[in-house]
Amino acid sequence: MENLVNIGIRSIFIDNMIFAYFLGMCSFLAISKKVTTAFGLGIAVIFVLGVTIPINWLIQNYVLNAGSLAWLGEDFASIDLNFLQFIVFISVIAAIVQLTEMAVEKFSPALYGTLGIFLPLIAVNCAILGGALFMVGRPYNLAEATVYGFGSGIGWMLAIVALAGVREKMKYSNVPAPLRGLGITFILVGLMSLGFLSFLGFSL
Amino acid sequence: MSAEVVEVAPVEKKSEPLFSKKNKKLISNPLDIDNPITVQVLGVCSALAVTSQIKPAFFMAAGLTFVTMFSNLFISMLRDTIPSRIRIIVQLAIVSVWVIMVDQLLKAYVYDISKQLSVFVGLIITNCIVMGRLEAFAMGNKPFPSLLDGLGNGLGYGMILLILAFFRELFGSGTLFKGWAFEWKVFESMGLHYQGNGLMLLPAGACILLGVIIWVQRSINGYRETH
Repeated sequence: MENLVNIGIRSIFIDNMIFAYFLGMCSFLAISKKVTTAFGLGIAVIFVLGVTIPINWLIQNYVLNAGSLAWLGEDFASIDLNFLQFIVFISVIAAIVQLTEMAVEKFSPALYGTLGIFLPLIAVNCAILGGALFMVGRPYNLAEATVYGFGSGIGWMLAIVALAGVREKMKYSNVPAPLRGLGITFILVGLMSLGFLSFLGFSL
Repeated sequence: MSAEVVEVAPVEKKSEPLFSKKNKKLISNPLDIDNPITVQVLGVCSALAVTSQIKPAFFMAAGLTFVTMFSNLFISMLRDTIPSRIRIIVQLAIVSVWVIMVDQLLKAYVYDISKQLSVFVGLIITNCIVMGRLEAFAMGNKPFPSLLDGLGNGLGYGMILLILAFFRELFGSGTLFKGWAFEWKVFESMGLHYQGNGLMLLPAGACILLGVIIWVQRSINGYRETH
């Protein structure tokens, strides 16, 4: 249990998807102009990461790894399908996103109104596929992978909401014209990332 | 995607020369006024993550150019047969085939680079440049211009990557072209002692440096955003 809490805190603050690995930057920069929309996208990312990472964990450990097909019978024990990893993971992610979109549209039209436009974007968000690939590189079990998925999502949401808050205030400041918009946003993200480095001092 | 410039190609009536003015523009525009990173804001993740040295940045840029070119070509050839509701999945499938090829090639011939790039080779699949060009260009244009558009955007991306990597490696560790036979220890060869600037090696330093590059580029070419 203590281990799970550690993984959660680590994935939210120390290994933050945005400030430590800079994953999912495209939508992070494009959709961080208003706090409310940033919050909506953040919730959608938490959900998709929390669902796809455990599913991809199961696929990796029961289908793709060398020898993991042994549960099908002796003949399958020598098969290594790791080279299919990318295409399988991205298909799972795209399918889950599509399913989520349809389910949300059917059962909660109000939520679809706020989240709907962001869901297709999430399929191509690097943070989702990046989370799955990082998960493979670390020795997590299923429960840890789930916590890691939700934690990374929460960290991503925290980052985008924080940046959106700063950018709303930036409207009132006098930035040099060529630096306006993207340029100053990059410098802001860099400074915020330096702030998040202070979490590296935590030993968990 | 806020600053995305969507080119709408006019319907061509007669055949044009292979390297007409319009086709040359497809390659030269992404290097300057339509740069994928600094103007279209696509593909930023890997630009920050793999540029601490020139060597991995070079291989990343080459891999991405290869993937963009050929996925653009193939999607453009299939563009009339892809149903629009499932086009994202079709695009992702085609892109991942090319990325798997790049990944296997890197693993086979430059294994140390493949280790250094780690997940970022796989992340070419979700690199917004590839998807963005497929959506904005290849779905509505003929195969050959699409191939050139892919090449141009790959080069535009590679240019920013190499500029970032040059400054980060020079000031971060005081060397250039580390890992190659012609590695150059810039400061030591001038007889100076240089203490590497750790900020430059962090992604945060890359972020600030990219902001400055955007500032310089926009001062030169006059591109402005309101906010």
